[in-house]
Amino acid sequence: MREPKAMLMDANQMNRALSRIAHEIIERNKGTEGVALVGIRRRGIPLAQRLAAKLQEFEGREVPVGTLDITLYRDDLTELSAVPQVHRSEVKFKLPGTVVILVDDVLYTGRTVRAALDALLDIGRPAVIQLAVLIDRGHRELPIRADFVGKNVPTSRKEVVEVNLTEVDDEDFVAVYDLP
Amino acid sequence: MAGLKRKDILGLREMSTEEIDLILDTADTLKDIATRPIKKVPTLRGKSYVTLFYENSTRTAKSFELAGKYLSADAINISVSTSSVQKGETLKDTARNLEVMGIDAVVMRHPAGGAPHFLAKQLKASVINAGDGMHEHPTQGLLDMLTIRQNKGSFKGLKVAIIGDIFHSRVARSNVFGLTKYGAEVWVAGPTTLLPAGFEELGVKVTNRVEEALEGADVVNVLRLQLERQEKGLFPTVAEYSKFWGVNPQRLKLAKPDHLLMHPGPMNRGVEISTAAADGAQSVILEQVTNGVAVRMAILYLLLGGGDAA
Repeated sequence: MREPKAMLMDANQMNRALSRIAHEIIERNKGTEGVALVGIRRRGIPLAQRLAAKLQEFEGREVPVGTLDITLYRDDLTELSAVPQVHRSEVKFKLPGTVVILVDDVLYTGRTVRAALDALLDIGRPAVIQLAVLIDRGHRELPIRADFVGKNVPTSRKEVVEVNLTEVDDEDFVAVYDLP
Repeated sequence: MAGLKRKDILGLREMSTEEIDLILDTADTLKDIATRPIKKVPTLRGKSYVTLFYENSTRTAKSFELAGKYLSADAINISVSTSSVQKGETLKDTARNLEVMGIDAVVMRHPAGGAPHFLAKQLKASVINAGDGMHEHPTQGLLDMLTIRQNKGSFKGLKVAIIGDIFHSRVARSNVFGLTKYGAEVWVAGPTTLLPAGFEELGVKVTNRVEEALEGADVVNVLRLQLERQEKGLFPTVAEYSKFWGVNPQRLKLAKPDHLLMHPGPMNRGVEISTAAADGAQSVILEQVTNGVAVRMAILYLLLGGGDAA
């Protein structure tokens, strides 16, 4: 188990950030009518589910949640010697007329979000796409920005930011590590 | 990271269950693309392959073509009757020429068993066997297995009956190699003249009575009767074949009530398979065709998707 360089958020801080993001979503979209969440790949999915639960708690309506696997849309596949395993994407609700909020754990270069936009647009045509992330660590390589951010964290390129979630990693925390 | 640790797909005999699982899992996921409104992902953009068919085919050739198109790869199709092969160009030269034009993979169907293996040694490009003589047809075996897995969950202990001209069938062989790896109970049945000697050594049960194979079967896979075989005296008449080995609803009563009825196509309705069976509730023949595109997409993705990084 490697040692974190610094702890950025503990379970309580993560929970409060998600509550605030949920309220911002409601404020920005004037409620949750016509709003849906789509979690990106691995850890965006449990985060989207947690946000949906909070939105339901605050507004009393169920918000649909979809999942997106962006493997087929990555721009760096030819740099890998073995292709990554593909998983299913699932968007069961109608996209036209819907405000889709993409959800991911960390926003860094922006390439994952670019791939997610292409993947989503090949499924259908939402009215609006917004982006919610738990951590924005800077260093964008594309003109992409988040609408809702849990915490802004300045980092260096020699660091890695990891979000741990109980659904995947048995614990809730966000930490920075040095790259090996 | 997943990824096949091989350059080519030549047959199921030499593949491990891990490799087969990887292909089937990937195919299951990629199938969504072929069935949704926008049938395109950019994954293999810039990759190209050629389908080189020395034997006629509509289904397999077009299935490979569509599979590549859905992944944004470029496919060109060569059917031998209109190519330089008519001018006497050898297999090796044909393929080498295509390789230096930048082709990443060759999908080949050839009447000689072992032809794709020969080619795979000559080329840096990937070679995918689309049927070599009577030897193997791995993508058919894989799509058959995918269809079974989707409906039955797993292979272990399933009774699978393959009925027809086993002797000449590369589809039967690929199915046998694939299914026996997972512990399925495989039966082959057909007229004695169309059953290869020593086939039991592959771990299958062999019978010339179709009823014995159908008894309690979970899966019934009916092979096309090639009418040319009659000219060689291997069966007396089509009517007699149909009478003794034809798969019809009365015979299928011997199988389990929830059996799957499969056929690689194209069907000779009324000969090896009755129309009632082919269009009946247990038939998954059309699912096989969709799964064929998915399996071929999976293989193209797994072989061509990455880079050359070591």
